[in-house]
Amino acid sequence: MSAPLLDVRNVLKRYPVRGGVFGRTRGEVHAVEDVSFTLAKGETLGLVGESGCGKSTLGRTIIRLEEANSGGVNFDGEDLLALSRKELFERRRHLQMIFQDPYSSLNPRMTLGEIVREPLAIHRIGNRKQQLEEVTMLLEKVGMKPEMIDRYPHEFSGGQRQRIGIARALALRPRLVIADEPMSALDVSVQAQVLNLMVSLQRELDLTYLFISHDLTVVEYISDTIAVMYLGRIVETGPKRAVFDAPAHPYTRALIDAAPVRDPRLRGASHPIRGETPSPINPPPGCAFHPRCPFAIDRCKEAIPPLEAHDSPGHRVACIRREEIAGELKRPAVVSASP
Amino acid sequence: MALLSIRGLKVHFQTELGVNQAVDGVSLDVEPGRTLGIVGESGCGKSVTALSVMRLVPCPPGRIVSGEILWNDRDVLKLPEKELPEFRGREVAMIFQDPMTSLNPVFTIERLMCEVIVRRFGVGKVEARKRALAALTTVGIPDPETRLGSYPHELSGGMKQRILIAMALLCEPKLLIADEPTTALDVTIQKQILHLMKDLQQKNKMALLLITHDIGVIAETCDDVAVMYAGRVVECASVHALFSHNRHPYTRGLFNSVPKRGLSKETPLPSIEGSVPSLLNPPKGCRFAPRCFRRQDRCTVDDPQLLPVADKHTVACHFPLEDPA
Ligand SMILES: Nc1ncnc2c1ncn2[C@@H]1O[C@H](COP(=O)(O)OP(=O)(O)OP(=O)(O)O)[C@@H](O)[C@H]1O
Ligand code: SF4
Ligand SMILES: [Mg+2]
Repeated sequence: MSAPLLDVRNVLKRYPVRGGVFGRTRGEVHAVEDVSFTLAKGETLGLVGESGCGKSTLGRTIIRLEEANSGGVNFDGEDLLALSRKELFERRRHLQMIFQDPYSSLNPRMTLGEIVREPLAIHRIGNRKQQLEEVTMLLEKVGMKPEMIDRYPHEFSGGQRQRIGIARALALRPRLVIADEPMSALDVSVQAQVLNLMVSLQRELDLTYLFISHDLTVVEYISDTIAVMYLGRIVETGPKRAVFDAPAHPYTRALIDAAPVRDPRLRGASHPIRGETPSPINPPPGCAFHPRCPFAIDRCKEAIPPLEAHDSPGHRVACIRREEIAGELKRPAVVSASP
Repeated sequence: MALLSIRGLKVHFQTELGVNQAVDGVSLDVEPGRTLGIVGESGCGKSVTALSVMRLVPCPPGRIVSGEILWNDRDVLKLPEKELPEFRGREVAMIFQDPMTSLNPVFTIERLMCEVIVRRFGVGKVEARKRALAALTTVGIPDPETRLGSYPHELSGGMKQRILIAMALLCEPKLLIADEPTTALDVTIQKQILHLMKDLQQKNKMALLLITHDIGVIAETCDDVAVMYAGRVVECASVHALFSHNRHPYTRGLFNSVPKRGLSKETPLPSIEGSVPSLLNPPKGCRFAPRCFRRQDRCTVDDPQLLPVADKHTVACHFPLEDPA
C-alpha cells in the first residue's frame, strides 16, 4: 500500500482551565489524548463520538486552527506541526475545512461570488477574470445557478448555504477536506442532497475526507474507515464494515445501539447504557469508559488500554476484555424495513 | 374517543415581511394512553401546534385564525384565562427542546420544584421537599439529596431534561407534550430519556405527544404518527402503516432520504429536490407541489384534503402513491 496522505501520530491537545480570583490554572481539559490514525488518498475517515469527545478539536488541530501540545501530523510527507506560519499558509491550499453551521460561517456582507472567490484572491491564483470563471464552474459543480452570484448569504436556504461553503472550500482544489458536522444544521430532506454532492465531488476531484459527525447513520453511509472517540481517545477504529458489523469496544456497541432504529418492529431490542460522559478535566483512571461499561472489571481501572489489533486487518480496539466479550457484543445485523 | 382533538387549526404570525401562515389547517387526534408523534422539518409548524394546545402562542404577533382544540368536549381555545393554570399542570404538561433555557438559572432545583408543589397542592415546605425528592428518584437522578441544592447550570443536559420531566409529571397530567425533548442531547443520553418517558407514560397511564424531526425516534417510541409539511398535516397513520406503506410523496421522500443501515456511498441517496417553501407566500394548492415528482396540473390549483386511504390512515394528496412493492 502506498503511503497515506495523512498520518496523525500521538497528537495531544490539552486546554488549561483557569479559575478563582487569580486566574490560576485549576486543571486541564484532556481534549485530545495521544491520537494516531492514517488516512489514505481518496478515502473518507468518519470520526464519530458524542459531544465533547474531542473530535472537532482533533480536526482543528490537524489544520492548526489549534496548536497541539505534542505529536505529529504528516501530510503528504511533511510534518504540518513543524511548519512556520508562512509555510503553513502555502499548504493551507491543500487542506480545507467545511463547517457545521452554514449560517454563521459565511460573511453576511459578502456576495455569493465574493465568498467563493475570496480564497483564490488571498492565494493570488489567476487574474480576476480567471477567478470569476473558476467561481462559475465551482457554483455549477455544487448545483448553484451562476445568476445567483450577486446575492447575499441571507437570501439562501440552509442547504444552499452549505453548498456555498463547499464551493468555497473547494476553490483552492484542496486534497484533504475536513468536514466538521456538515449535515447537522440541515433539514433532513436537504441532508441527502448535500451528502450526494460530497460523494460525487469526492469521486470527480479525488478528494480525501475527514468527516466528523455524531450521526452514525451519515457516517456509515459516507465513510470507508471509522474512528470512534471517547473522552479524547480513539477507542476503536477500522474498516467501516468491521466496526459497524462487529464492533468490539463496548462503547461502540452502545453508540450503535443508541442510534434509533428506523423500524418500529425492532424497537426495544437493546437497553440504554447507564451514566453520562464524565468530565474531560479529570477523566476516570484506566479505561475512561469503565464507569459506564457493563463489562468493566477491576483491572479496567488500572491502566489505559492501548489500541490493539483485533480480528480483521486494520481493526483496532482499546479494550482489555475485547476477546472475552466478543460473543456478547454480537447482535444480529439490523435490517431496515422502511420503504 | 380521542383525548385531544385538534380540528382545522390555523395560526398565523404577523411579521415585517407579511403574514406567516405557520399552521394552516392542522387536524389531529391524540388517543388516551397512546403516543402520537409529530414529525416534520424545521419550521413546518410542529411547535406552534403544540404551543396552541397549551395556549402559549404569543398573540400578537400570533393570531389563532380558526379551528378548535377539543379536550373533554371543551374548546381549549375558549377556556377563560383563569382556568389555564389548572389546565396546564393537571390536564396537559409540556417539556421543551432546550433544557438549558427552561429552568430559571438563579434558583436551586429545590426552590424550583418546591414552588410548583406548594402552589399546586397547598402542602407545607417539609412535605414539598419530600415530594420533590421522590420525583427526582422516579426520574433516575443519582444522589437526589445533593441535586436539590444544585443550580441548573451545574447539571448536564440529560440531568436537566430529567428534572423537567419530573416537574412536568408532578401533577400527573393526562397528556404530556414533549417538543424535541432529546434533540440537544447525545445519543446515549437520548436513549435513556426516551426510555424513561415511555416507562413513566406506562406507569401513569398518560398520553404522549412527541414532536421530533427524527424518524428513528418516531419508530422507537410512537404508536401513531402525523407527518407535517409547511404548516399542514400531510399524512397520518399508525407507526407500522407509516413505515411499511406510506402513501404521501413527501413522507416517502423524507423516509428515503435518510440513509439506511448498511447502505454506502456507492448508492446515491434518493433525495427531494429543492427546499421547504416560505410560509409568507406558500405555493397555491398542495404546498409540496413545487418539489413533488407526482405533481399534475390539479396539484397547483386545489388544496388536497386529508382523506382516508385505509382504516386509521389519512393522506392529503391528489395522487397518493400505491403501496410499495
Ligand atoms: N413568535 C413567532 N413570531 C413569528 N413567527 C413565528 C413565531 N413562532 C413561530 N413562528 C413561525 O412559525 C413557523 C412554524 O414554526 P414552528 O416553531 O412551529 O416550527 P417547528 O416545526 O417547530 O420547527 P423546528 O423543527 O425548527 O422546531 C415558522 O415559519 C416560524 O418562523
Ligand atoms: S397533491 Fe400533487 S403535488 Fe401534492 S403531494 Fe400529491 S401528487 Fe404531489
Ligand atoms: Mg419546534
